[in-house]
Amino acid sequence: MAEISYREALNQALREEMDRDERVFIMGEEVGYFGGAFKVTDGLLAVYGEKRVRDTPISELVIVGAGVGAAMGGLRPVVELMTVNFGLLAIDQIVNHAAKMRYMFGGKAKVPLVIRTPQGAGHQLGAQHSQSLEAYFLHCPGLRVAIPATPADAKGLLKTALRQEDPVMFLEHESLYSVKGEVPAGEHLVPFGKANVIREGKDVTIVSYSKCVYDSIHAAEALENEGIDAEVIDLRTLNPLDIGTVVESVKKTGKAIVVYEGWKTGGAGAEIASQIYEVAFDHLDAPVERIATLDQPIPYNKHLEKAALPSPADIVKVAERMM
Amino acid sequence: MALERDKHVAQRALLTLDEAQLLDVYRKMVTIRRFEEKAAEMYTKGKITGFCHLYAGEEAVAVGAIQALYDKDYVVSTYREHGHCIAKGAEPRVVMAELFGKETGISHGRGGSMHLFDPVLRFMGGYAIVGGGLPIAAGLGLSVMYKEEQEIVACFFGDGALPQGAFHESLNLAALWNLPVVFICENNFYGMGTLVQNAISQEHLYKFAEPYKIPGVRVDGMDVLEVYGAVTEAAARAREGDGPSLIEAVTYRFRGHSMSDPVEYRSKREERIWLERDPIKNLRKKLLTERGQDEAHLKEIEAEVEDVIEDSVRFADESPEPRVEDVGKHVYVD
Repeated sequence: MAEISYREALNQALREEMDRDERVFIMGEEVGYFGGAFKVTDGLLAVYGEKRVRDTPISELVIVGAGVGAAMGGLRPVVELMTVNFGLLAIDQIVNHAAKMRYMFGGKAKVPLVIRTPQGAGHQLGAQHSQSLEAYFLHCPGLRVAIPATPADAKGLLKTALRQEDPVMFLEHESLYSVKGEVPAGEHLVPFGKANVIREGKDVTIVSYSKCVYDSIHAAEALENEGIDAEVIDLRTLNPLDIGTVVESVKKTGKAIVVYEGWKTGGAGAEIASQIYEVAFDHLDAPVERIATLDQPIPYNKHLEKAALPSPADIVKVAERMM
Repeated sequence: MALERDKHVAQRALLTLDEAQLLDVYRKMVTIRRFEEKAAEMYTKGKITGFCHLYAGEEAVAVGAIQALYDKDYVVSTYREHGHCIAKGAEPRVVMAELFGKETGISHGRGGSMHLFDPVLRFMGGYAIVGGGLPIAAGLGLSVMYKEEQEIVACFFGDGALPQGAFHESLNLAALWNLPVVFICENNFYGMGTLVQNAISQEHLYKFAEPYKIPGVRVDGMDVLEVYGAVTEAAARAREGDGPSLIEAVTYRFRGHSMSDPVEYRSKREERIWLERDPIKNLRKKLLTERGQDEAHLKEIEAEVEDVIEDSVRFADESPEPRVEDVGKHVYVD
C-alpha cells in the first residue's frame, strides 16, 4: 500500500470520481489555475479542463448556491470553500437551502452536493482564520458531516460522499494536509456512520475526530507509560454519528473523554457526551469529560494560541485524574 | 408613473400568440386570480394557516413570462409562488392541498404555501429567504450548460431581493459564465411594507443589469403581452448561448404582503389607481375589442375556472393529513 499525504489522498479521490462519473465537477476559489489554496486540487485543471475545474469569484454564497442548483439539475458538484470561516458567508445556502430541500419539498428534491472545506487552528492565523465549526453543521438536520483524520479516510470518505444523495459538509483540517499514511489504491470506500477504533484499551475511552485524533493517540502512548490503557476512537463522520461503537467501548472502560477542536460550549463534544449519558449512564464510573478549545477567539500569539487549543498533555492530565 | 419601455414588444407579442394561446393565457390568469381569492377565503376560515402570500394583481408577470418558455425550461420562484407554479402547469388542486397541509399536496404537506415544488414540471421551488432562489437558478443554468442541453432558467424574485448580496453575486456569476438564466424582478414597489425607494439606491431597477454587462429592460408587469414579449426575447438570447438578462416587471400586489398584513403603509388612492390597471381586465378588454372574442366564450372560460377552483378546495378538504408517524420521513435520501 502506498504511503501518501492527506492532501494527495483527497486529490486521488477527486480524480478517481471524476474519471468514474462525468457529472462530478469542482468549483471554488483558486481551485483551477492556483491548484487550490491548500493544493488539494493541484493538477486537476490540466487533466479535466475549465469545464470541470471551475475557478469562481470570491462569492461564497453563490458558489454554494450554484452548487445546490447544479446538484438539483442532475450534476454532482464538489464545492470547495477556501476555509470554513469564509463558508459562513454561504450559511444561508447551506442551512436554509441545501439542508432543507429534501424535506420541505416532500421528498421530491435531491441535492447531492459535496462541500469541501478546511478548518482548524495551529498556524497563527488569528481569530478569523482558525475556527472549527463542525458543530454548526452537526446541529442542522439534512446535512451529512464527514470529518476525516487519516489519509485513508480522507480518500475513502470523499469517494463515499460523492456517491450518496444528500448534501455533505466535508471538513478537512489545515494541519493534516501534509500528514502521510497508507492509502489503498483505486476503489477504497469508507462508509458514513462507522467509527474506527484506532487503538484498543480497557481503562478509558478517548473519543475524537479530525486532528484531535492524533493528539489522542499521543496521549494514549504517554498514558501507556503510566500503566493506563486508553482506547482511542475516531468517529470519522459526525452525521451519521456512530454512538454505538462509543457506547460499546464505554461499557468496557467505564470512562469517556471527548476531545475536539471546536469551542467547548455547545460543541460536538457536548452532544457526544449527552448521548453517552443517555445510553450508557449505568456503565459510567466517572462523569464524561470534554477537552476542547477555550471559549474565546483564537489568539495570534504562538503561546496564547497553543494555550487556547486542546493538547495531548491536557488529555493525559484529565485521564490521570479520572483513574 | 412613467415607464421606460418598448411598446413594440407588446405589439409583436400580440401578433405571435395565436388565438388558442391567448385564450390559454387568459384562462391561466383567471385561474390564478380565483385561486388566490379562494385561498384568502380558506385562510379566513382557518383551513389554511401559517404564512400565505397572495399573487393577485401580479398574474401578468408569471403567466406572460412562463408562456414564453418551453415545458422543459426551469422556473425558480419565491414564497409568493402559487401563480408561478400554476402557470408552469401545476393543477390547482395539488397546490390547494399543499396550502391545506395535506399528503396529496404538491410537496406532501411538508412545505406549505411558500415551498411548492415539482421536478416533473420543472418548477424548482418556492424559496422563503429573500434572494435565496437566485444562486440556485444560476446553478440550474450551469447544469444545463454543463450537459450541453437547450433549457433555460426563469428566476422570479421581488424588488426586495435587489439589495441582497445573493442578487449581485448571482448576476455577476451568471454574466461571467454566460449562464442561460432570465432574471425577472417583480417590482411591486414594496418589500413587505418598505417602499422601494427607501430600500434601493437605484431608481430604475433594470439598470442593475448595466454593471454586469447584461441586457436589462423594464416592462409593464400589468400587461401580459408585454411581459411575454420581453421574456421571449430574453429566453431566445439565453437559449442561443448569449447569456442572462434582467427584466424588471412593474406590477402591484392587490393585497397585503401576506394574509396577516393590514396594508397600512399605502394609500387607498394608490390602490385604486392600480386596481384600474388590473391585468386581467386589461387582457379581457383586449380580447374583446382587438381579437374578436365574444363575451359568451370568455364567460364560459371563467365558469370552467370556477369549477376547477371549487374542485381544488373539495380535493384539498377531503384529502388525508400526512401520517404523524411519517414526521421524520424525507429528511435524508440515504
